[in-house]
Amino acid sequence: MSAALITPDLIAQHQLTPQEYEKIVALLGREPSYTELGIFSVMWSEHCSYKSSRLHLKKLPTSGNRVVQGPGENAGVIDIGEGYVIAFKIESHNHPSFIEPFQGAATGVGGILRDIFTMGARPVAVLDSLRFGRLDDPVTGVRNRRILQGVVAGIAHYGNCFGVPTVGGECLFESCYDGNPLVNVFALGVCRKQEVCYARAAGVGNPVIYVGARTGRDGIHGASMASAEFTEESKQKRPNVQVGDPFLEKLLLEACLEAMQTGAIVGIQDMGAAGLTCSTCEMGSRGEVGIEIELDRVPQRETGMMPYEIMLSESQERMLLVAEQGREEEVFRVFRRWGLEAVEIGVVTGDGKLRVKQHGDVVAEIPNRELADGAPLYDRPHTQPLRRAPLEPPPLPDPAVQQALRRSLPRAISAGSRGSGNSTIIWCAAARWPGRARKPPSSGLRKPALRWPYRSMATGATAISLPGVGPCWRWPNRAAMFPRWVRCRWPPPTA
Amino acid sequence: MTFGVIVFPGSNRDHDAAYAVGKILGQKVDLIWHDSASLGSVDAVILPGGFAYGDYLRCGAIAKFSPVMMAVRKFAAGGGLVLGICNGFQILVEAGLLPGALIRNRGLRFICRNVQLRPGTTNSPFTCAASKEKTYRVPIAHGEGCYFADQRTLDELEAEDRVAFRYVENPNGSLRDIAGILNRERNVMGMMPHPEDATEPLMGSCDGLVVFQSMLTTAVRA
Repeated sequence: MSAALITPDLIAQHQLTPQEYEKIVALLGREPSYTELGIFSVMWSEHCSYKSSRLHLKKLPTSGNRVVQGPGENAGVIDIGEGYVIAFKIESHNHPSFIEPFQGAATGVGGILRDIFTMGARPVAVLDSLRFGRLDDPVTGVRNRRILQGVVAGIAHYGNCFGVPTVGGECLFESCYDGNPLVNVFALGVCRKQEVCYARAAGVGNPVIYVGARTGRDGIHGASMASAEFTEESKQKRPNVQVGDPFLEKLLLEACLEAMQTGAIVGIQDMGAAGLTCSTCEMGSRGEVGIEIELDRVPQRETGMMPYEIMLSESQERMLLVAEQGREEEVFRVFRRWGLEAVEIGVVTGDGKLRVKQHGDVVAEIPNRELADGAPLYDRPHTQPLRRAPLEPPPLPDPAVQQALRRSLPRAISAGSRGSGNSTIIWCAAARWPGRARKPPSSGLRKPALRWPYRSMATGATAISLPGVGPCWRWPNRAAMFPRWVRCRWPPPTA
Repeated sequence: MTFGVIVFPGSNRDHDAAYAVGKILGQKVDLIWHDSASLGSVDAVILPGGFAYGDYLRCGAIAKFSPVMMAVRKFAAGGGLVLGICNGFQILVEAGLLPGALIRNRGLRFICRNVQLRPGTTNSPFTCAASKEKTYRVPIAHGEGCYFADQRTLDELEAEDRVAFRYVENPNGSLRDIAGILNRERNVMGMMPHPEDATEPLMGSCDGLVVFQSMLTTAVRA
């Protein structure tokens, strides 16, 4: 099948336009092989290349004296002073969550957590921004409720097993999200400034090491699927949704952070969307080097996998790293200790190409830079939104809260202090659940001269306004652990 | 006093436990790797929360076979203090060091929030510094924390004064509101709530400290 004929049909199936295909041919100077076509299709999908949104994303401000790392890495990094930085990122997992809510949401959390610890930071908090269709809709209500329950359970499951608390979030229900729920997951990690790791390959001759779960046939074309239009057919794509294993990811976290401490790691990237393809070509592209891998050495869950499948698999909980030549054993020792498979699958080369071999034959050879950054950019038709987003910055928390957060951050790392998932989302959802009486949110806070956000000195509770719910109390629990939102009344409840 | 905290693959409250006894109580802490056959010279052992070995099959079902559990059994048989928290409780129950079982929460949902606990007894090395008149505010975070046992075992636990903590408001359907129990020799305790996550004001409560202070008092007295 690797010699499959490239027909216009096949190209269309890969969601590449004829023009894009022409560009590929011009770039390679020849017709691509079947494997190469697959590689291009995922790397040039909207999900990986941002070909339609890049023009607009470029307009956002990305520099400043506290910005340690802007766009272009696995997560952004901001200096918070006193030698510490935070790495954070938000990512959507909408399509998988529609098709298979539990696993879709769970792997969304897993993927974003991997992005954070890839930067060398220990994840300490997760937030979720969710949008669902109306739960009381006579036609789609049943499906919307199923999606809501699956997504909430998936988030709670992954976060709890992994050991990172979901500290809050927001949730809205509108009929426009009926066939297209939005599941956005945010994760934040903390580390020392000098411990930040980057996803760059460097040093010709350095070994390329594969760590974590074995590669299976799950999630093939997940990235292209996520970029496609939604149809009833999408439900048939369930096998394109990855399946998560939070336990394995927890081991990966501990082992990766420990391996980074050895100083033998040059660059590290997780295998998320577009799996092995994306991690190899992006690491090579960032470091302006080539990478050569031998697929026979890639640990595989199934036998008889084709190069196409291995390169495009989106099996979860896998990492790719480049180690210093001669110090591989230090890295292997750490992963062995945590019971993880770590295999040298290739080497960094100087020719700037991604070269993929199987049984000694070259099955794909593509220039890294063009593959990672050469996707055509589009300026799609767009209109102004009816409602403009407000441009005023949100009010800062009051100084006492700021101070408490400052105090807790260094501790969060030194103690590796972690809590567990929480019920915030469930609570938000419950407040909007049809049939449940909703008191007007203005029923409280009648004490004179309350400033927003208000903090009760007696109980330490802070009052804030929760979108879609109204004024709420938040308890200053342990900083990185389940703050609870309680509907406002006066005086603040003490429980 | 030296506390040993067992680190299973998948433990995720191990650092929290080490922080509570190490930083807050200022005691010596050893992190003990799951495949070590001996505990070294520790005065008490803590089995922390998490998902030991992924908790496939059943919570704690795989962990009970780990090499370090042989050492824990020997340590407990010799009278050493063993505290199992959350997943640690599940492991102790699976290992047969404590009676009963922990099953899915009655609501079938993962619960994560603060609860009020009342000590069932103060006659134990884990609760001797507590007061029966007071309630203690400690967080829970579990999906399978409903304590379950047959009638006879429950009667026996109560007759022998072995219920260490009870929920004031039962969150998970545990029989007779049981949150933590002791073994017959009173040197092994398991509890679902997380006292290690309520040890300083920033965490919202310091009430969990009472468990570790009790252990400390016992060790000093001994």
